[in-house]
Amino acid sequence: MIINRYFRPLKQTAMNSLKLLKQLYPLPLTSVNGTLFPLFFLAFFTTKSAQAAELKVCKTCDFKTVTSAVKAAKPHDRILVQPGYYAESNIEIKKPLQLIGVGKPVIDAKNKGGIFQVETRNVLIKGFELRNVEVSYLRDFAAIKVYEGAHVTISDNLIKNAFFGIYLQRTDSCTVARNVVEGQARTETTSGNAIHLWYSDFITITDNKTSGHRDGIYLEFAKRSTIKDNLSFGNIRYGLHFMFSDGNVYTHNTFRNNGAGVAVMYTRDIVMQHNTFEHNWGPAAYGLLLKDISRSTISNNRFIKNTAGIYMEGSTYLHIEKNTFQGNGWALRVISSCSEDTFRLNNFMSNTFDVSTNASSASNYFSHNYWDKYEGYDLNKDRIGDVPYRPVSLYSLVVERVPSSIMFLRSFIVDLMDRMEKVIPSFTPEMLKDDSPVLRQHAYDHA
Amino acid sequence: MNKIIKYVLYDILRSRTVIGYTAFLFLMSFGLFNLESDPTKAVLSLLNVVLLIVPLISIIFGTIHFYNSTEFIELLVSQPINRRKIFLSEYLGVALSLAMAFVVGVGVPAMIFNPGPTSIYLVTSGVFLSFIFTSLAFLSSVLTRDKAKGIGIALMLWFYFSLLYDGLVMFILFYFADYPLDNITLGLLSLNPIDLGRVLVLLNVDVSALMGYTGALYKSFFGNWTGIALAFGLMLLWTIVPIYIAQRKFVKKDL
Repeated sequence: MIINRYFRPLKQTAMNSLKLLKQLYPLPLTSVNGTLFPLFFLAFFTTKSAQAAELKVCKTCDFKTVTSAVKAAKPHDRILVQPGYYAESNIEIKKPLQLIGVGKPVIDAKNKGGIFQVETRNVLIKGFELRNVEVSYLRDFAAIKVYEGAHVTISDNLIKNAFFGIYLQRTDSCTVARNVVEGQARTETTSGNAIHLWYSDFITITDNKTSGHRDGIYLEFAKRSTIKDNLSFGNIRYGLHFMFSDGNVYTHNTFRNNGAGVAVMYTRDIVMQHNTFEHNWGPAAYGLLLKDISRSTISNNRFIKNTAGIYMEGSTYLHIEKNTFQGNGWALRVISSCSEDTFRLNNFMSNTFDVSTNASSASNYFSHNYWDKYEGYDLNKDRIGDVPYRPVSLYSLVVERVPSSIMFLRSFIVDLMDRMEKVIPSFTPEMLKDDSPVLRQHAYDHA
Repeated sequence: MNKIIKYVLYDILRSRTVIGYTAFLFLMSFGLFNLESDPTKAVLSLLNVVLLIVPLISIIFGTIHFYNSTEFIELLVSQPINRRKIFLSEYLGVALSLAMAFVVGVGVPAMIFNPGPTSIYLVTSGVFLSFIFTSLAFLSSVLTRDKAKGIGIALMLWFYFSLLYDGLVMFILFYFADYPLDNITLGLLSLNPIDLGRVLVLLNVDVSALMGYTGALYKSFFGNWTGIALAFGLMLLWTIVPIYIAQRKFVKKDL
């Protein structure tokens, strides 16, 4: 009775929130009505009672090496690695542990295999400096490799000169945050990826800095993951590369100066927002390469000074909105296999070519974009140009067929040719036009 | 020689054509830089001017000036002065005044509103084009005695270099699209001074586009100092060769 008196108000509020939950998720909670409440308490007491031990690793501690500490530790123990230099490799973690580096201790694999190999759930690896992982043509050695694990958190590490930096294989619900992965890759074949996901779902990758690897962030068969606030630069192939990775969200990332920009392939239902793609220059470099991407949203991104801002092939049902394309060689290169894509409310500024295509007819839609090359007028003052804008110039078609003719850019004959074509369009695709070009630049805060 | 150049310069300044040319260039560049919010875009518009107007004015003005000063030249020839010196002084007088007009009219606004390598290349190309087309003008005026014919030749030359040549090369490129043409294009470009000037400016403005495809080849060629030196060397050659031929013809000519 006493307990009942004390806990009734508490129980009442709990029941109220349960009711609310039931309205939101009507199915599974109906039967738990009576049993769920005691369960809360049970969970509370068990976690409180299981107190984890702390193991220290240093030159003068009980444990001289990380390997020995990991071996001795019981599940859920915490291992604190003190500052120092530890020459160790292939540390296998097969029980839930927290490994915390105090003051950035250095673990050097000395080019013999990888460093951490996690094969369980609930592991934390935080605050280490990991160096010199072996380059192998047979095995994927990584500074931190998680194999069939879950709820693993890898944060605040500095990884230098590793073959693969962080490698997640068949994992789910892991977090990779605030790591710096610096490689010294020279060729594509002798280097791995900074952050590599393979058959991993529900992964969060945030605030990492990756450079000098083959690919900055690589995802294959990785679904429903979030990639946010990362910086990927100076990688020899792609800043971000994913394939068959549906339902991922990429926001606020920066991809700069990578060998071939960002390439995404064979994927659907992705969201890319507020990213910056800049300075990806080269004969085969793109800000963003879309190959067989469908039903995705690409919005509020910035594409600055890339050879091609977006290069798309076989991509359908895309919403490309509110992006800014500035100073690119080609803002958009739309290959004929793309259809049903919508380009709305974008800014196109000081690009050499706004749009180029090899298609004669297209079923992509352009509307309400701002084009700095638009020369029309607005008589009814609704801030929308009265004549359509044709973003594909005759010269861009010529360049598409004869790449060498790029050297006649901005010559008198090219200007003349384009003007003639504007007056009487005969070669450029008839349907590819923006019927409602906006006269003023859209003001977007992309950051 | 300096004295003759001085007199030629005085004469040109008195005719006010060059002053008008300077004012026109200055107003236009000033206007463009004020109208366009993006200075690079203004430079691109100016590039069109440099590539069209500068050669046209230089070649026409040079030809007309040469024909108009025939009597002055005849007078000088009667004096004990080397013919070569007379001719070169005439040339330098005209070319320098046009180049000065260009530097004041375009160079000064460009340097004020958009200081940087792009403007430097633009101005250097413009100055070179002034010299080159004055040189071509003198060649065409030496070739014939008839003023109308001389101006006709000058106009044809301008038309050829600014329009026909590019058209022809584009046609060749299109026709032989299946063959590797990168190096050939590079060679063909150097045969036209206007193209050389244009490419030098483009390499600073449209880098993103030029880094794609075969553009990277040109970028790596023109982008380093040897390439730039070669381009300017070729332009220098374009200045020297026509005036040298014209001078040889003039020396032997029966006036």
